[in-house]
Amino acid sequence: MKEEGKHKKAKKYGMVINLDECTGCGACMVACMAENNVPFREDESNKLDSIAWMRVYKLTNGKSYPDADICYLPRPCMHCEGDHGHSPCVSVCPATATDYSHETGIVSQIYTRCFGCRYCMGACPYHARYFNWWDPVWPEGTTKYLNPNVSPRMRGVVEKCSFCFHRYQLAMDKAYFEGRAELEEDEYQTSCTQACPAGAITFGDLNNPEHKVYQLAKPDNKHGGRPGNPNVFRLLERLGTNPKVYYISSREWVRRAGDNYLDNEDFAKNYRR
Amino acid sequence: MFPFSFEWIWDVGHMVFMGGLWYALTILGLGMTYCILKSVIDTIQGKGGHQH
Amino acid sequence: MDSALIPEGVKRCSFGKFAIGIIIVGGVLLWGVYAMLLIWLKGLNQTNMNDFYGFALWIWADLGVIALGGGAFFTGFLRYIVGKDELKNIINYAVLIGFICYSSALLILAIDIGQPLRGWFIFWHANVHSMLTEVAFCLSCYFAVLTIEYIPLILENRQLNKVPFFHNLAHNMHEVMAIFAATGAFLSFFHQGSLGGVAGVLFGRPFAVREGIFIWPWTFFLFTWSAAAYGPCFTLFVTRLTEKITGKKLVKQNVIELLAKISGWTMGTYIIAKIIDTWYWASVTAPALGLNLIDFYSNNPFYGIWILVAEIVVCGIIPSAILLSPKGRSNSTLLFTALSLACIGVLINRWVMVLQVMAAPVMTFENWVMYIPSWQEVATTILPMAYGVILVMISFRYLPIFPQERELNP
Repeated sequence: MKEEGKHKKAKKYGMVINLDECTGCGACMVACMAENNVPFREDESNKLDSIAWMRVYKLTNGKSYPDADICYLPRPCMHCEGDHGHSPCVSVCPATATDYSHETGIVSQIYTRCFGCRYCMGACPYHARYFNWWDPVWPEGTTKYLNPNVSPRMRGVVEKCSFCFHRYQLAMDKAYFEGRAELEEDEYQTSCTQACPAGAITFGDLNNPEHKVYQLAKPDNKHGGRPGNPNVFRLLERLGTNPKVYYISSREWVRRAGDNYLDNEDFAKNYRR
Repeated sequence: MFPFSFEWIWDVGHMVFMGGLWYALTILGLGMTYCILKSVIDTIQGKGGHQH
Repeated sequence: MDSALIPEGVKRCSFGKFAIGIIIVGGVLLWGVYAMLLIWLKGLNQTNMNDFYGFALWIWADLGVIALGGGAFFTGFLRYIVGKDELKNIINYAVLIGFICYSSALLILAIDIGQPLRGWFIFWHANVHSMLTEVAFCLSCYFAVLTIEYIPLILENRQLNKVPFFHNLAHNMHEVMAIFAATGAFLSFFHQGSLGGVAGVLFGRPFAVREGIFIWPWTFFLFTWSAAAYGPCFTLFVTRLTEKITGKKLVKQNVIELLAKISGWTMGTYIIAKIIDTWYWASVTAPALGLNLIDFYSNNPFYGIWILVAEIVVCGIIPSAILLSPKGRSNSTLLFTALSLACIGVLINRWVMVLQVMAAPVMTFENWVMYIPSWQEVATTILPMAYGVILVMISFRYLPIFPQERELNP
């Protein structure tokens, strides 16, 4: 198996979310919570202290009728690569409790290693990291429905979207068993991708030109993964976080909302830097 | 912190950082050991008793 | 009642008065301890922190007390390395204040983490690339240095000093103190800097991020520099406060003025560096990320441009100008005003580098989020202050902190 592993090509798992197709139904959020044993409280109304690995934001163009327009934007963890794995959160964790995998491109979180300093939360501009302010309380009977492949977290540690890493492990186990070192595109898919009724989410290997994510985003992997498709953008591209979640929108105001621009800036020019 | 921790790598970062740390700890440790040992010897030799 | 413990030749208030003082401050301390236990037992849900404010009041308090405690390392550096011999008359108090500040910082950190029992992971599983790791290591080591510097002072208590071993130990530790002080200065340089680095390396946060040299952002150097400038001001401030409370002159004016003058120079040069840093960040760094200076100071109920003016002009340029002028240093009121402003200034700086960083939105579709600490957070922040006051009271009463006290109060 080790031999097989050695010859494997490095993967860069990523996501492309088509905002033109997203209806904001929230199925991705629900699927994610169920799949990953995300704890919840009786009162979830305070969004500043409730956990949602996948969160759907509602964007508006700020105009009034008849020009008013809205857009829903699902936001998982961006699994930033930064500069060669120097993602904002990984580099700051003092206890090596979060790590960037050069094998998969996934930013992991080791719950039993995290001691809850929350520096990574301060470092993440996407607010993709959540703290367990409370111990999880599972309503009676619901523990039977917890996913046995995902460890529930305890109070006092940080958690975040893992791109359903346990699914990758299961798929790899199966592949190894069948004598393969590589996965088929559909063998490893995140729960949000599969749950989206509109098919707005695509997941796959951004290093593999045969994968749909690659074809949609056309990432320029030599230049920090910048999207080659003019309708594709990444959140806060200019910070240099090098995220692996791409968004498609045919509307310019949505693409512009993805990052900060000075008022007098030529958006079209700078966006395509 | 120690080479036997599994995340330890013998790279420049670890050598500079941990080198500085262990250097400082060694100075503090040796300094205090010297002070305590010398004080024990001084005391045995009868120094420091009933001054003032 | 306790006169046998009080240093020879100095006057102290009656034991009853002292005990009442301890009881009153002790009450505040117990309140803080109660809040601390609540947090340890029930978790960080006792605070008003949230997923926007992973860092909040405590981290500010941590950065604040460490900056204010910077007087210990810089005065030690000046006394033992540079050779400013007069400062031996204030170094004891600087060490005591530093000891209080650093032990407080460590206590606050122990309360602040979500899994306190795993606190040792920061050492054991150290990620050497994290500024927080550097903070933890240097902070603990420097606290050890301060303890080493404080021990001989304790051993010089009138009764303890009668024990030959203690007398010899205090003497021998004094003999090699320069080595400890040098190690302390080395450690301090790095941990004060790495605290600045904590914010400066956050390249996902345009308000905090700074360019720099190698792995160190400019904030690294600014924090060390500001601690060297403002730390001694806090030492002088507390000295003046102690003099006012006890009604005694404890340190000669020339010593005060010497340290004030050095502070004035470090503060003046720091403020120039800070202005250059702010200007470069506002005109180059932030615009490259699509943000104007005013974006960080508008559309919210609290953080206006006033905070920048307060930090740099009112609590930076003005106190440094007072401290740099011989007239300002010699005028008691002006000096005390300058010292107070300086302490406030460094606290504002640490506040914005923690709280404003968290408050400012980065994604265009998010808004500013404000935060008001819970009483448990406030109580646990006041806790170290109460502990500090008690330690100062006990130390002042029983230890020969001020070598010039007898001469100044015959």
